[in-house]
Amino acid sequence: MPLDPSFAGRSWPATAPYLVGREKIREFATAIGATDAEYHDPEAARAAGYPDVVAPPTFPVVITMAANRQILADPALGLDYSRVVHGDQKFAYTRPVVAGDALVCVNTVDDITSRGGHDFITTRTEVSTEGGEPVVTVWSKLVQRGEE
Amino acid sequence: MAEELPTQTFRVTRADLIRYAGASGDFNTIHWSDRIAKNVGLPGVIAHGMYTMALAGRAVSIWAGAPDAVVEYGVRFTRPVPVPDTDEGTEVVVSGVIKEVTDDGLTKIELTATCHGEKVLSLARATIRKR
Repeated sequence: MPLDPSFAGRSWPATAPYLVGREKIREFATAIGATDAEYHDPEAARAAGYPDVVAPPTFPVVITMAANRQILADPALGLDYSRVVHGDQKFAYTRPVVAGDALVCVNTVDDITSRGGHDFITTRTEVSTEGGEPVVTVWSKLVQRGEE
Repeated sequence: MAEELPTQTFRVTRADLIRYAGASGDFNTIHWSDRIAKNVGLPGVIAHGMYTMALAGRAVSIWAGAPDAVVEYGVRFTRPVPVPDTDEGTEVVVSGVIKEVTDDGLTKIELTATCHGEKVLSLARATIRKR
């Protein structure tokens, strides 16, 4: 079943704030082998000009992947997760995420298309502080492979 | 005059995928169950695309000198990275070429990430601002 094209162009209300913890950043940095001090040590991070430990560039996906469930888990969209593969991913940063941030996500479906029996959905997530300061914009394109 | 950036090699094992699943919250079964991965037509467990992107992102951060130097970073996932259940796992090799330095001080990099000599990312690009 194709995806419901009426989702294209829609935006959703801001998600509840995600509180970025120092230990979560350390855990994520360790998982990708990023051992540099600014990901782990608040003193080193402050010396490098950050308010607290700083997150690696792809860390925001931890927040946006959960936020995107707002769209993708809606049965009306018609997404069959067992046939989904990740197509594209992009981040545009205003500033890096740091421990202590309380971040909200506003999700939009930029595009829904079908080609060669496959369906494509591109989501855009504007990640900002509770106060409205922009932090990062995240695009994610998922491919729902055609049924065999 | 395209300048080449030093190649970075990352070893990827099953343990790394388990650790990444926990850290990222992405528990998709194809990243830890051979049985389910094979059921959906994969050779076996594959790495999270976002894990491969994170490794290439590490290379970008190393070249840039600081995590906040990265202004934009995007990739397309073209091929899966199979990770066998062995001590050695597999390797992802990331290289980069500086394509352009703009008048306003941005450096545009084109990245190549390979596994067993095959490209696993395409349209892999990062823009960095040197501090």
